[in-house]
Amino acid sequence: MGRRLGAGVLVLLGLMWLNVGAEAGEPIRIGAILSVTGPASFLGAPEARTLEMVVEAQNKKGGIAGRQIELIVKDSAASPEKAFSFAKQLIEENKVFAIIGPTTSGETMKIKGVAEEGKTILLSCAAAEVIVNPVAKYVFKTPQNDNHAILKIFEQMKKMKISKIGVLSSNTGFGNAGKEQIGKLAPENGLTILVNEVYDKDASDLTAEVTKVKAANVQAIVNWSIEPAQSIVIKNARQIGLKVPIFQSHGFGNIKYVETAGEAAEGVIFPAGRLLVADVLPKTHPQREVLVQYKKDYESRYKEEASTFGGHAYDAFIILLKAIEKAKSTDKEAVRAAIEQLKGVVGTGGVFNFSPGDHNGLDINAFEILTVKKGKFALLGK
Amino acid sequence: MSIDLFFQYVVAGITYGTIYAVVAIGFNIIYNTTGIINFAQGEFVMLGGMTAVTFHQFLPLPAAILVAVLITTVIGALVEILFIRWLYQPSVLRMIIITIGLSILIRETALHIWGESVRSLPYFTGSSVTSIRFGGVYLSPQVLWVVGLCTLVVALLSVFFNYTLLGRQMRACAANRDAARLCGISAKNMVTLSFMLSAAIGALGGSVVCPITYVKYDSGTPLAIKGFAVAILGGLGNSAAAAGAGMILGALESFSISILPAAYKDAIAITILLLVLFVKPSGLFGSAEAARLKEF
Repeated sequence: MGRRLGAGVLVLLGLMWLNVGAEAGEPIRIGAILSVTGPASFLGAPEARTLEMVVEAQNKKGGIAGRQIELIVKDSAASPEKAFSFAKQLIEENKVFAIIGPTTSGETMKIKGVAEEGKTILLSCAAAEVIVNPVAKYVFKTPQNDNHAILKIFEQMKKMKISKIGVLSSNTGFGNAGKEQIGKLAPENGLTILVNEVYDKDASDLTAEVTKVKAANVQAIVNWSIEPAQSIVIKNARQIGLKVPIFQSHGFGNIKYVETAGEAAEGVIFPAGRLLVADVLPKTHPQREVLVQYKKDYESRYKEEASTFGGHAYDAFIILLKAIEKAKSTDKEAVRAAIEQLKGVVGTGGVFNFSPGDHNGLDINAFEILTVKKGKFALLGK
Repeated sequence: MSIDLFFQYVVAGITYGTIYAVVAIGFNIIYNTTGIINFAQGEFVMLGGMTAVTFHQFLPLPAAILVAVLITTVIGALVEILFIRWLYQPSVLRMIIITIGLSILIRETALHIWGESVRSLPYFTGSSVTSIRFGGVYLSPQVLWVVGLCTLVVALLSVFFNYTLLGRQMRACAANRDAARLCGISAKNMVTLSFMLSAAIGALGGSVVCPITYVKYDSGTPLAIKGFAVAILGGLGNSAAAAGAGMILGALESFSISILPAAYKDAIAITILLLVLFVKPSGLFGSAEAARLKEF
């Protein structure tokens, strides 16, 4: 009698526990593979901080579909091998709903296959075009394409009647991708590349490289890098009396690079997302509200200037949110299909319009041409 | 190539060269006294720059640099006392591994303290766009500061090691540790002193070079590698030779860029280093006889 009662109580408790568990709702696990430390830390650390901030805010609002979000951040330190093992771990062990990241293009290409096989949504924060071309069902990316950035630069060069350029790129995936795209797009845009050099991202001085560019008598320089060494190029170029316009990549969008280059950064021209000039956007601009809010939240919480890089992670998160809302479910397949149907999603990088053939959703209009005035980012005057 | 262009490349070479030479001198001091190659030397340079940037927020630049040098010197002494002093007759390989481990430790601590962003000091004279012009050749005044510092350091060191009691004691330890101890020299203290001196020079170098480049928690490692190569090229242990070898390596890198794609710069430099070492293992200025007597 006692034993049967005891067993009955246990079964009842067990049922109650299961019931309670189902009502509270298992948390949605979202994984993130970001380069928080290491050579890409100036990209990955703001991305990680942004994700923590938005996940916390969303959880306070009740999470997604009544379920709290559990964010699992893995620091890959820009190593494709680490990214690979983290991806496998997140998909197979943690059984995450989606992965945000990785930070760099090299890492993303390494885990593209893993995400496809594991049928897990991957929202990359890396820029290379090859991530979404050829299109993989589960793989998306939020940063703008580098070829659109280059076309925006060429647009500006046409306005400034520049036809002969010198190209300096850093010896990284980003730099190489940019160099290739520039080489491909220059001829059809009326530009001749007179000198094309690759420099070491760890270099402490690049005077000899810029001297070679000066000797070629170019009308403008394109400096394609995402590392701090890009500031050294700017400094050295101005120091040896090279006065031609310097065009940077959208990897220049961190005020620390301007500070490192000091006075030399005045007048540098580069394409970027509108986050950096959020305050001077007209009030009717669709992105203004999102940008100003993100900037305010990030800067008041982390006491440092928001950069476009953190914005990529922000965009990844809200795309996921909007897709779940649209699919009205948290089934991976439904949400994946929903992402492809999303139109007009306002993010920090631009306004996203996805389709089954376009897993990036941005075009050349995501960019604004910016410059540096008195040590701050500003719109390039007409 | 016009004469202006030629000299511009020379200037570029001097810039690289002195940066490497300052790091190499740090290697040489510790090697001279202890026979150890301190692979954490790059981190001393990084710490000097980072600390100077932090203190520059409250102090004027010269004071900030002085404080940075003092703090890094203390750290150098602590590193020696905590990790090196109690080792009993360590082999060269063991020391190398320990110092590599130390460099990783210092790097990660710097990451925790300062975060991952880049920092820089303002130029000592002028700004990032000022340059002194000689005809068609441009030179940043900061490069003159670095060259001036390097020369001063080499001169002071040679006075120190040749004419002061302390310097001679350090050399005695390097020559024969047991005999030195028999003469009443505290070998343990000499080793600590050599670390302190190396750290101080590294920190000073890091502060002076910082405006030209930038400093980041992991900017020590590439410098250490190049500095080590320069130290070997000049002949390990000879500071004046390190300065000379630095200039030569800098010039080689600079002129290789003028002829070949810049991407091959490091490959050329290392190839020449290897060639020199095959022909003359004791380095360009090293004495073959003296090298045979040394353990390394």
